[in-house]
Amino acid sequence: MSYFGLTGNLLDVDLSTGKTSVSKVHRITYRMFLGGRGLATYILWRELGRKWRQVDPLSPENLLIVMTGPLTGYYPGIKLVVSGKSPQSNGVVGSAISTDVAYALKSAGYDGLIVRGASKDPVYIYVEDDKVEVRDAGRLWGLKGSEFLEALRKDLGRDLPSLYIGPAGENLVRTSVVMSRWFHAAGYGGYGAVMGSKKLKAIVVKGSGPLPKVANPEEFLKLRYEVLDKVSQRKTFRQWGTTAGLWSTGHDTSSEPIKNWIEEWHDNTEFSHVVMERKYWVKNPWADWGCPLACMKVSKVSIDGKTYYTDGPDYEMGAYLGSNLGVFKVEEATALSSLADELGLCGIQTGNALGFALELYERGYLSREDLGYELSWGDFKCLSRLLEDVAFRRGFGAVLAEGTYRAALKIAELKKVGVDELLQYAVQVKGVGVGAHGIRSRKDYPQPIAYAASVQGGDHTSVAGLPANSEESEAWAVLIDSGVVCMFTAIDDTTMIKYLNAVTGWNLSKEEFYGVIAPRILSLQRILLLLGGSDVVWDPRKHDDNPPRFYEPLPSGPYKGAKGDSEEVKSKLKEYYLSLGWDELGIPTEETLKKLGLYDAVEVVRNLRKELTT
Amino acid sequence: MIDYNLCTGCRLCEIACTLKHEGLIWPDASRIKVFEPYPGVPVPQVCVQCPDYPCVASCPTKALKVSDVSGAVLVDSALCTLCGNCVKACPGGIPRIVKGFSYVIICDLCGGDPACVKECSRVGYNALKLIKKPSSTTIKLYAKPPEVIAEDLKERVLGGE
Repeated sequence: MSYFGLTGNLLDVDLSTGKTSVSKVHRITYRMFLGGRGLATYILWRELGRKWRQVDPLSPENLLIVMTGPLTGYYPGIKLVVSGKSPQSNGVVGSAISTDVAYALKSAGYDGLIVRGASKDPVYIYVEDDKVEVRDAGRLWGLKGSEFLEALRKDLGRDLPSLYIGPAGENLVRTSVVMSRWFHAAGYGGYGAVMGSKKLKAIVVKGSGPLPKVANPEEFLKLRYEVLDKVSQRKTFRQWGTTAGLWSTGHDTSSEPIKNWIEEWHDNTEFSHVVMERKYWVKNPWADWGCPLACMKVSKVSIDGKTYYTDGPDYEMGAYLGSNLGVFKVEEATALSSLADELGLCGIQTGNALGFALELYERGYLSREDLGYELSWGDFKCLSRLLEDVAFRRGFGAVLAEGTYRAALKIAELKKVGVDELLQYAVQVKGVGVGAHGIRSRKDYPQPIAYAASVQGGDHTSVAGLPANSEESEAWAVLIDSGVVCMFTAIDDTTMIKYLNAVTGWNLSKEEFYGVIAPRILSLQRILLLLGGSDVVWDPRKHDDNPPRFYEPLPSGPYKGAKGDSEEVKSKLKEYYLSLGWDELGIPTEETLKKLGLYDAVEVVRNLRKELTT
Repeated sequence: MIDYNLCTGCRLCEIACTLKHEGLIWPDASRIKVFEPYPGVPVPQVCVQCPDYPCVASCPTKALKVSDVSGAVLVDSALCTLCGNCVKACPGGIPRIVKGFSYVIICDLCGGDPACVKECSRVGYNALKLIKKPSSTTIKLYAKPPEVIAEDLKERVLGGE
């Protein structure tokens, strides 16, 4: 039995006992769930599904899963998926990160790694082919990103691929990330805190072997060069990367978060990629392993005698820690991005929470007494201080460290105000702050249910839409994150599926993917999301919706007045659910579950429906 | 020839190298390696065919010889004992002893048409170029340990902290 493109092995490390083992994944399981996000969802369902609501994401019971997919290493553009029960959504988020750990795992003989339990003392996992060790990380604990990488290099005598957390993950901040090589992050989901809860500082992987053989080498090489040639022609993307969005997403498509999404349009030519290019990029283009696109850039800025380095900043980081906080100096947005990298904070989620706090401050819900200092839009000093306070859970930072949604609940309790009153200003969906792409203008993300129906909440890399059997729907993200490739080098579904077949020897068709595989993965994610957790449970009638802000008219720019239409959202949600075989609440029907081979979910779903309708 | 400024650190050269030599993607077994100890400071490292070939001179079993066609160092897999002398003799420590190989790995210039160079120009990075062997000894200055090169580049690209 051979596994083309896959090793067939999962490494399992139990940090409570220190035991490690290797398990085989059946070929049929890969065929049903592909890999990456799909396989991680299946493992979480199988192991934790029956007690899902009782599992605290930050307890030893939760699993941290890092997973490659069948396309990882073969398709240009490397990615790895990090998953587990999310401390943000209480569901499953497949959180993609660009990292050399992805090919190293396969070279070492594993498709993925499951970490369970929790250590008493800080540790890191060291994998070198079949040697797996849980090592003391006492002297690494507490280190910021670049300090950690330096210390690790000294320890090992060389650079090896690694995933790690910064102080934010160690302090169980729900907006923390899993980092890799300076500036890369698995942001959505909050898995830095899951690593922190397991006292796991890092995962280091050295692989010596080749990637597994592919099923059809000729077809593989043909497709590989087809993709390389196409992707390497994206010249503007190579030149400017996503940093271009700082200008164009605001100015051209009116969909950039500005001051906690009060606005989405700006005309500030200083807040642009071109200024970054002229003044601050010291390396451009810059690429990750096997990438023909090279959308990254290394930027260097100095503020008050301190030097900051980061990548880009990429659009999401630059917008959320820049315009969303009223910061329109690119060097300050860059420095805040660099700080977030060093602290191991998600720029999107933390920028979302900070924007929320700034608006509450402006509206008088919060005061200087709450924070210990003044808060104002665009004030670099107070914002960098607040970022640190969040990462170390100092003072009011501890409230924002819970993420926007849970911070709203806490502030409502502290201030004795209605939760819904505060949630008007929370630009999040199901515990996940929405990515830096608004839906009001319809010029960037045209689908009004992009976030409302997503099984990953506000995740802008996994948005829902119609028709459900197309690249417009969340199925497309499922394909990218389960094959596990980069969304920027993914060309189209036809190529991706052909590529999958060439690597694995499968005979997957588009019809099967959209008709069975994507709905299978999405249905399981949806069920787990609705099962929720002991602190937060989502009600589809209330929470399958846009943030209230998206129903306010855009106040400025060429799309002034544009706003969401709640009746349209309701009817499109219904249509979307129907096409996935879900009922009016977005719960997969029994018939659908049986068709998808998810027989063991029938009873769970029956109870869920009963609970929601009585 | 290597242009450090143009190298993006993508390592498509490594992938092309092992696809050509082993028919597999095998990052550890590439004859060209890109190190990147600092962000934005990738250091591609590959045999530069020193005029005096210290590696060939150091080989006790005569496993290394110079190709008449390309000037590359060719390894006789039957004679190589993995003694490591050539690695020590090389001013850059470039020959590679890799798990899974019974002989040392050195760039053979793919017989004169290197896959890494083709790949690098195909995607438009153009950091690697094949040149006619210069008559001067300059080329040997490129054979330095990657850490040393990285320190020099770091100063220029990233500057002081």
